[in-house]
Amino acid sequence: MTELQRPTTRQEEWRYADASALEQFTPEAFQQWKEVELAPGETRRHCMVLSGTGPELHRIRITVGAGGRAELFVVNCGADYTRCEVDVHLMQGAHFQFGGVTIGGGDVTREFVTRLAHAEPDATSEQTIRAVHWGTATGNFLGRIEVARGAQKTDAAQDFKGLILERGASTNAKPELEIFADDVKCAHGAAIGQLDETARFYMAARGIPPEAAKALLVRAFIADAFVALDDADEQERLMDAALQALGDRS
Amino acid sequence: MLVIENLHATVADKPILNGLSLEVNAGEIHAIMGPNGAGKSTLAYVLGGRPGYEVTGGSVTFNGQDLLALDPHERAAAGLFLGFQYPVEIPGVSNVQFLREALNAQRKARGEEPLSGGEFLKLAREKAGLLKLDMEMLKRNVNVGFSGGEKKRAEMVQMGILDPAFAVLDETDSGLDIDALRIVGEGINAIMRRPDKAVLLITHYQRLLDYVQPDVVHVLAKGRIVTSGGPDLALKLEREGYEAVAA
Repeated sequence: MTELQRPTTRQEEWRYADASALEQFTPEAFQQWKEVELAPGETRRHCMVLSGTGPELHRIRITVGAGGRAELFVVNCGADYTRCEVDVHLMQGAHFQFGGVTIGGGDVTREFVTRLAHAEPDATSEQTIRAVHWGTATGNFLGRIEVARGAQKTDAAQDFKGLILERGASTNAKPELEIFADDVKCAHGAAIGQLDETARFYMAARGIPPEAAKALLVRAFIADAFVALDDADEQERLMDAALQALGDRS
Repeated sequence: MLVIENLHATVADKPILNGLSLEVNAGEIHAIMGPNGAGKSTLAYVLGGRPGYEVTGGSVTFNGQDLLALDPHERAAAGLFLGFQYPVEIPGVSNVQFLREALNAQRKARGEEPLSGGEFLKLAREKAGLLKLDMEMLKRNVNVGFSGGEKKRAEMVQMGILDPAFAVLDETDSGLDIDALRIVGEGINAIMRRPDKAVLLITHYQRLLDYVQPDVVHVLAKGRIVTSGGPDLALKLEREGYEAVAA
């Protein structure tokens, strides 16, 4: 029997991970996946706030049956290394909706790693990821989309934006597309920037103090990730969790 | 109300204001005119406290307070309103959200109770009506997708809602068609023409002054006031040009 090994940052999918945090997990932890299976035509939604104090590893494997719809919305604001990894297998005409926000400071790495297999024709997916960081924190998004041979009419969209609030923070975005069908749409975008100083001054000129202006702008920035969440209460809960992390910054 | 004395300011180490002095009393409307590059917008930004506009000398006193010692948001709470030449677009933040946050932040700074959602909407509807701006526009994101004229009218709605004691309006007339110019002019009068308020109107042209009669007109050139006069001065400028009048 071969001994289980922990992943290392030499492996592509773990390259931006916090190497010392990985040491704190048992090798078995890297073998564990939460398996979720949606029957054909089934719709299921799940919202999560990852805000633990120690290193966290969340690995979810979702299979969406033909015509089904899976929705996942996550705020990743853990106080230590927090990785949310999602593997999705889409059957014919299935849809996967993902909204993710990494937000936080400290010397902490927070990341999303998604792998979407468009295995059959007519499946669609939309991923919107926003990263807001300060201190020396890092926010990562590794998004892989695989379109199988014959998975025609695939429509996959992936959009990442990072907002760096202070010098020293960073984000990494790595879109990866592997397409073996010729009649597909795969859109991806990645951009990293800072707060709009002109907008901040405009807000100040109307009497809004700097911290409140920042919160308004960050709220607007991350809102995109939850636009597709058709539940105002859940939307508010996720938004509050994210802004709470912003408010807690020292 | 506003006393500017020997004000010097630089932008990126380049001197723009070179000893500007000006006094505006409550109940007065002053117009500042001047050629491109004279320092008009710099004056507006210096009064508003925009980062990057550095005061290197002189003083600005607003209602007895050292204006330059205040942060931009504190200046707003003290009653100063800066109307932008190019109002800023803020995607993802609605006008209603933005203005309610702004008004309540100002009220809080002055020790007043915040307005409830209902009270705020009533006020916003009244001021939008004054500027003939559709209330639906205020539900949209701040200035996003607004035409040039709509942006300027929205600025005046903001001014109406925030109800400042002193407004510095930087080329509020630029980008306006004839009808919008009249509406904005009437809006300024309705909101600001009061014994306890004052306005500094920065403009290139006489046309806005047809609607908003200034008490004093100043000509700004090379970073200082070179001449001042009554409303006739604006007409003379329009006729003869800056070079002839400011020489």
